[in-house]
Amino acid sequence: MSAHAATHAGAVGHAWRGRAGMIGLIIAEGSLFAVFVVAYLYYTGKSLHGPFPKDVLHIPLVGTICLFASSATVAFGARALARGDIRRSGGWLMVTAVLGAIFLAGTAREWHQLIYRDGLTIGTNLFGSTFYPLVGLHASHVIVGLVMLGLCCVFAATGALRVAHAERVEMVSWYWHFVDGVWVVVLTVVYLIGR
Amino acid sequence: MSVHAPPLVTAEAMTRHTWLEHAHEWVVTVDHKRLGIMYIVSGLVFFVIAGLEASLMRLQLAWPGLHIVPPETFNRLFTMHGTSMVFLVGIPIVFGFGNYLVPLMIGARDLAFPRLNAFGFWIFLFAGLLLHFSFIGGEGLYGSGSAPAVGWFAYAPLTSRAFTPGNATDYWNLAIFLAGVGTIGTAINIVATTLTMRGPGMTLGRMPIFVWTMLTVSAMTLFILPPLSAAQIMLILDRFLGAHFFDTQAGGSAVMWQHFFWFFGHPEVYVLMVPGFGFVSEIIPVFSRKVIFGYATLVAATVSIGGVALGTWAHHMFAVGMGSTLNTFFAMSTMLIAVPTGMKIFNWLATMYGGRIRFQTPMLFCCAFLFQFLCAGLTGIMLSVAPFDWQLTDSYFVVAHFHFVLIGGLFFAAFGAIYYWFPKATGRMLSERLGRWHCWLFVIGFNLTFLTMHVQGLLGMPRRIYTYPADRGWEMWNLVTTLGVPLQIAATLVFVVNILVSLRRGKPAGADPWDAWTLEWATTSPPPSYNFETLPVVTSRRPLWDLKHPDDPDGPHE
Amino acid sequence: MTPVTPRRAVWAFALALPTALASIAAAAERTTPSIFDPVSTPAFAIRELSYRVFGITGFIFVVVAGLAVYTLIRFRSRAGDERGEPPQIYGSTQIEIAWTVVPLIIVVVLFLVTARYIYGIERRAMPAGALEVTVVGHQWWWEVRYPGLGIVTANEIHVPVSDPAGATPTFLTLESVDVVHSFWVPQLAGKMDVVPNKTNRMWIDPRTLGTYVGQCAEYCGTQHAWMLLLVVVHPRDEFERWVAAQRTPARDEVAARAGYQLFHSLACINCHTVRGTPANGVFGPDLTHLMSRRTIGAGAASNTPEALRAWVDDPAAIKPGALMPTMKLSSDELNHLTAYLLTLR
Repeated sequence: MSAHAATHAGAVGHAWRGRAGMIGLIIAEGSLFAVFVVAYLYYTGKSLHGPFPKDVLHIPLVGTICLFASSATVAFGARALARGDIRRSGGWLMVTAVLGAIFLAGTAREWHQLIYRDGLTIGTNLFGSTFYPLVGLHASHVIVGLVMLGLCCVFAATGALRVAHAERVEMVSWYWHFVDGVWVVVLTVVYLIGR
Repeated sequence: MSVHAPPLVTAEAMTRHTWLEHAHEWVVTVDHKRLGIMYIVSGLVFFVIAGLEASLMRLQLAWPGLHIVPPETFNRLFTMHGTSMVFLVGIPIVFGFGNYLVPLMIGARDLAFPRLNAFGFWIFLFAGLLLHFSFIGGEGLYGSGSAPAVGWFAYAPLTSRAFTPGNATDYWNLAIFLAGVGTIGTAINIVATTLTMRGPGMTLGRMPIFVWTMLTVSAMTLFILPPLSAAQIMLILDRFLGAHFFDTQAGGSAVMWQHFFWFFGHPEVYVLMVPGFGFVSEIIPVFSRKVIFGYATLVAATVSIGGVALGTWAHHMFAVGMGSTLNTFFAMSTMLIAVPTGMKIFNWLATMYGGRIRFQTPMLFCCAFLFQFLCAGLTGIMLSVAPFDWQLTDSYFVVAHFHFVLIGGLFFAAFGAIYYWFPKATGRMLSERLGRWHCWLFVIGFNLTFLTMHVQGLLGMPRRIYTYPADRGWEMWNLVTTLGVPLQIAATLVFVVNILVSLRRGKPAGADPWDAWTLEWATTSPPPSYNFETLPVVTSRRPLWDLKHPDDPDGPHE
Repeated sequence: MTPVTPRRAVWAFALALPTALASIAAAAERTTPSIFDPVSTPAFAIRELSYRVFGITGFIFVVVAGLAVYTLIRFRSRAGDERGEPPQIYGSTQIEIAWTVVPLIIVVVLFLVTARYIYGIERRAMPAGALEVTVVGHQWWWEVRYPGLGIVTANEIHVPVSDPAGATPTFLTLESVDVVHSFWVPQLAGKMDVVPNKTNRMWIDPRTLGTYVGQCAEYCGTQHAWMLLLVVVHPRDEFERWVAAQRTPARDEVAARAGYQLFHSLACINCHTVRGTPANGVFGPDLTHLMSRRTIGAGAASNTPEALRAWVDDPAAIKPGALMPTMKLSSDELNHLTAYLLTLR
């Protein structure tokens, strides 16, 4: 008669709570990005004057490769923790964070060039107005991810990270995969289609 | 084991609390029941404020040429009224009930993320206070600060710095943005809870209809609220960093704001209304003494409303010049959504048919709801006919329509819900006598105001005007419309008195005062903090019916 | 308390509705812009459509409300039957299919009718004899241009009546210089928004002489309420005379010389145009034939000498928030200026 959490038809375990929550967050964030992508696509070619994308944009190859690679490394890290190998997990998460930081550095360099060399700011034209918010929104999500990864590394180093936390680190890795997925879209829309 | 066993007595419960300790408990709580009550109470407080704003407007419009408030103040009143009612009244009340009832109805201990839940409430409350602070804060340029005056949907480019200097619009933007963040958090919470924390035997197909409505609107929220947040971020960038998202002078598009806003805005009104359907779907069966007719189709209708609602938004833009193809498409999608929406009325009628209807206050409100929502849906179908909408969009006909949906529909259902579940939350019954006064005063006042209001629209009166010429033939209708206001104010006062008096002296309710069938009635009133001492076995959609009628359980019939 | 009153309420509504509709149509004088009092083809079409829609929705209301009233009365619990519960009916596939399919059919029919009217109104091609007018929305007045005729005026649109034989509709091009407005004269057509950085087209086809009122129907700021419209429908010859009069430049009257000097030395010419003089500002309304118009301030006041003087003295006193500044003139200056403006017939 009394309730046992896991022993009934249709039961889902404790872990699924976190997964459902992360999926919900990803849907909401995806919807947020979608609107900036729509704005970017709608305004493609509509700037009244330059600089125009084809003049100033170059595909950020290094950053992109780093970011995609970091998806693999974060998966290794999450899996290592589930296996109980805390040190290896910490190592992979650290590599992930470094790769993410390289990506951000690339974005920073690109923006510096755009602003100071090419004269493109958010207020210059429609291209500037839509480019910086879209790429910037993505970069801000990378930063949030780096904060979470950084915390995990610190916990791994101090010994606070345990196998019991494997599910949570898995959720961090899901978030990171989402951020990568968004980059695929941004790359395509801004650097391939929009140019 | 009896479902009416008294709660475990804890040491904590034995100590006497000072009111400061009591308040502290409420401030730090992560209990879904307390947060739910706080959402609903806050929503009702903002309801009174927004209602006073509307009353002031109706006073000014009662006759042409009145100067009760200056023009810009009137514009602030309708902006604050609309914004408050949607974001600070409707959403908190809907999600407040969701908060309170969902775990109880599915046999869970709390929501999936209790701390996120608390965060959602407090950021909503902060947002509401921030928005209302604008009345006294922010001078802005040319004395044009103070509360926002751009309308609750804040069309661009009126909201740009060029046309609205000062910070009034920024109060609107930031407050609603923050409220949206809280709502998204709560939506994630409800989806995760419903999908992963149902009690033993509680399959998706056995959840009460109300839980289905909360699941649907929470899922919708995940898709539709971020686009509003995105548009608001774009507006902030335009106003503060010189971006040109909605800057028509730089080639930007005013219509794009409308698309983004209404992509959120239309499904939003379904997020507000559909839980109202949930309330009614719980109350009508109990007061008709019959199981809900057609549970599966009701659920299918609910979910399909959630889906189709995402594709109807541009019926708010029929007059913007989108072209015949788009006008036709959105007319079609809007008409389509009328089918699952209208069907529900048949489900409810079929539930009452052959029953033994008891007309206590919750049921009275549901009866009023039925007729009023029927009107609302039918005027909605009229408006979906795009050429008809070309005459009547942005007129008082539309204002009448959506007040029929939101007050005649959602609010009446919510009042019914409050009378129905107040005993569960507080252990005391609300007064039936005061409840009847509340209901009738409101029905008469509401219809006097909003039924009449359709006429001004048909006679060509546009909305959002602080006064009107005397030779348009609108005076008498406006006067009658205003006459309904004192009745609604009186009804609200009766309601508030009822709550305050019944909290102290209401009849003790017991666990199951209405002889109902869903899980929340299987625990004490109010429930203990852990919700259930023991959960009944769930083998059907009405676990308590099965317990009360062991000879004729629901299971084989479903 | 007996449940008789829901039925009473429904009857009250059923009686009130046709009364309301009748009084809407009957009480609608020409200055009541009722959508049920059309004089132009698009508005006629919409009224025709609305009758069908009211018919369908009215029928649905009567059926469903009737069922509800019947159910509430017939199945109310009575004193004697407290024992036991009524038979529990869980659903019925046939009934549920029926009440899904029937509304779906109604919706399909309604949609097809709607689509026909949408295309019929929006896709109307402009015939050869049509008049072209450009309406430009400003905060808070209407600029009216006749590009083919070289006329610019404000807040009033004069058009020739369109007779059924050789239809001469007026096609309007709608633009905005600032925010979103909406052009709505209910007796002539449905509304069309006036959007900056976007050009919209609509048409009217007035069959009856007269003056028709409307106003801006999209909230556009402080004085959205006083952005009124007047459409004057003339017989053909009267329209030609109006055009000819509007095309003449402003007369030079000796009596108003002092005012003329003031007009040109103060900042007036920066915002206003008076054809035939150096004044060619475009921020405010064209004043060349100011006195041919019935109102000032887009309907905020009648165009009388007193109101004109008061307006020039302090526009914000008549229309708070109006973008025309007060020039803080002396009483004499005001008299001279008003005298000059009165010559702009």
